[in-house]
Amino acid sequence: MAVSTTSAPITYATRVDKVGVRYQIARALRIAVVVLYAVISLIPVFWMVTAAFKSRPDVVAIPPKVFFEPTIEGFISLLTKRVLLPPGMMEEYKQRTDLNFAERIMAERGQRITGPSQYGQRLLNSVIVASASTVLSVLLGVLAAYAFSRFNVPGKGDLLFFILSTRMLPPVVVTIPIFLMYQQLRLYDTHLGLILLYTVFNLSFAVWLLKGFIDEIPREYEEAALVDGYSRLQAFRKVVLPQAITGIAATFVFCLIFAWNEYAFALMLTSERARTAPPSIPTVLGTGGIEWSAIAAGTLGFLIPVIIVTFALRDYLLRGVTFGALRK
Amino acid sequence: MADIELQQVEKRFGEQYAVRPLDLFIKNGEFVALLGPSGCGKTTTLRMIAGLETVSGGKIILNGQDVTWLKPSQRDVAMVFQFFALYPHLTAWENIAFPLQAEGESKENIKRRVKEVAELLRIEPLLKSRPGALSSGDQQRIALARALVRRPSCFLMDEPLGALDADFRETMRSEIKRLHILQNATTVYVTHDQIEAMAMADRIVVMSQGVVQQVGTPAEVYHAPSNLFVAQFIGSPGMNLVRGNWADGVVTLPGDNRYTPPAGWPEALNRGLSGSGVIVGFRPEAVNIHPNGQLAAGVYSVDLHGSYTMLVLEMGDDHSIHARVSRDAHFTVGETVRFDLTPSMVRFFDPKSEKAIPIINHES
Repeated sequence: MAVSTTSAPITYATRVDKVGVRYQIARALRIAVVVLYAVISLIPVFWMVTAAFKSRPDVVAIPPKVFFEPTIEGFISLLTKRVLLPPGMMEEYKQRTDLNFAERIMAERGQRITGPSQYGQRLLNSVIVASASTVLSVLLGVLAAYAFSRFNVPGKGDLLFFILSTRMLPPVVVTIPIFLMYQQLRLYDTHLGLILLYTVFNLSFAVWLLKGFIDEIPREYEEAALVDGYSRLQAFRKVVLPQAITGIAATFVFCLIFAWNEYAFALMLTSERARTAPPSIPTVLGTGGIEWSAIAAGTLGFLIPVIIVTFALRDYLLRGVTFGALRK
Repeated sequence: MADIELQQVEKRFGEQYAVRPLDLFIKNGEFVALLGPSGCGKTTTLRMIAGLETVSGGKIILNGQDVTWLKPSQRDVAMVFQFFALYPHLTAWENIAFPLQAEGESKENIKRRVKEVAELLRIEPLLKSRPGALSSGDQQRIALARALVRRPSCFLMDEPLGALDADFRETMRSEIKRLHILQNATTVYVTHDQIEAMAMADRIVVMSQGVVQQVGTPAEVYHAPSNLFVAQFIGSPGMNLVRGNWADGVVTLPGDNRYTPPAGWPEALNRGLSGSGVIVGFRPEAVNIHPNGQLAAGVYSVDLHGSYTMLVLEMGDDHSIHARVSRDAHFTVGETVRFDLTPSMVRFFDPKSEKAIPIINHES
């Protein structure tokens, strides 16, 4: 009450209960909690980003340095293979005029670059495996979800439960049998092997999530298209798919994040050719101890693709998480 | 343009009948309304004609061709849905062009025909908008345009005005009727609103619980309902139905009223009734109040409607009837009025079979 008499007149549309002191305080508290939570969850990310730009002494300094001289030696050690040169040969090496930017930096640390590391290849493997398995699970998922949503599939409830039940045990439980099977099937250390596996694990999630979205699309749209002269498949493509795009995008992001981050299977089922980034990043060992700045740089590079995709699809993602609650 | 013929068409869900075997012939250019309360099977019937629902038995013949098992796209019908079913991701223009694209029409043809139909419905300014940005009335116009643009052999409309505001409903009602007259296309129109059906249809099919109760012109179902359901369902309020006893040429009605049926009826009643019980039916406008009337009732309430006044009268204990009287007449609650019934507007029903008693040589 005091507010309405002392403060300036309210000239915008708002609810009466939203101008009281108590409401204002509650709102400020809510915002404070959210900001605090965001800060806490961003600390590791901040730590990682700074570590990636720290020099080798800085990264292990105690107390930790917040202000430091940024360097990209972490990124260079991540992307290259190097040898340690004895001091005598080093002087001679440093005199050479054909050294490029990266070689000069590493020369300061007494190292000579001998070639590129496998990081690029591992990241590429991650991109191949994650994108292929995501596309596959969303594609199969949307078809299965449509069928479950629209047709009288015999044993529908049981089938849906069965699909969900594949998610009911921790995937790691089946690593050993899958490892043995993959060796027999020659799927060990192949892209195809990981793609199939991730698709299987993502499919249950994709079917259930997409079924929810497709259930919300009124059948009348397809029926209108059927009467308008289209076949069931055309109606699905031209009418259902464009309207399910929110759900498809949300499912796509969730599947992608799972496949992108998966660690245990990738560690067990790959070695050289198909190894993805997650199991390889912690193994970036330098020539004299753990290269923390290289590991941080590798993790940063690993984050970027998934950040780009999530950012591009963020609107859909938000609506996907709220499961259509924001739609009318 | 086409005839539609339903032969013993039925729909069952398990043991449950949604539509009991039904015969109906709709001739070319006719506007037929399927009318009934919700769940009476009218929409199911329409969807079976469209091919969106399979039949459990019987045949559907469209323009001489058996289409019972053809896909909707092969039937050359257009449908308008209650909630419009406009594709939200397409503009109005794209929505209207959508069926033409299915037929593989050339771009020029599509442009020309969309333009034609947009002019017909006066929706040219809306063509670039998405359905979500339009009012429900405009959305319904777009939906109509999408149905019209294909020039199908028949139109199927599923409560197309059900989602509109009351005042807009009337505008669209006359618009649809105008379109029907212009296009002269066979139209099957599902509605639960009897005023809509009366105003628009050439013939009305009254349905209840999956059974066709009566097929007839609006005048027929209004003046000569074939059973108690139709009598009550058609008209607002429905027909007055008063239980009585038929004996010695007189019907005894509640409140010690004795009513002598008009000429021709006594014979019909003697022949048609299963017992001595009878139900007398008459429309509110069949009541003529005058001091020497044969029947008497107490005034229960007086409702002014502007152009007329509706009286609720009580014959005996809680046997209320409606009477439509001139807006100039004045009544007070509780007074007793005497009235007669216009002889040609009186109907009789058998209480057991609930069917109308047929009359020989009656004029209506």
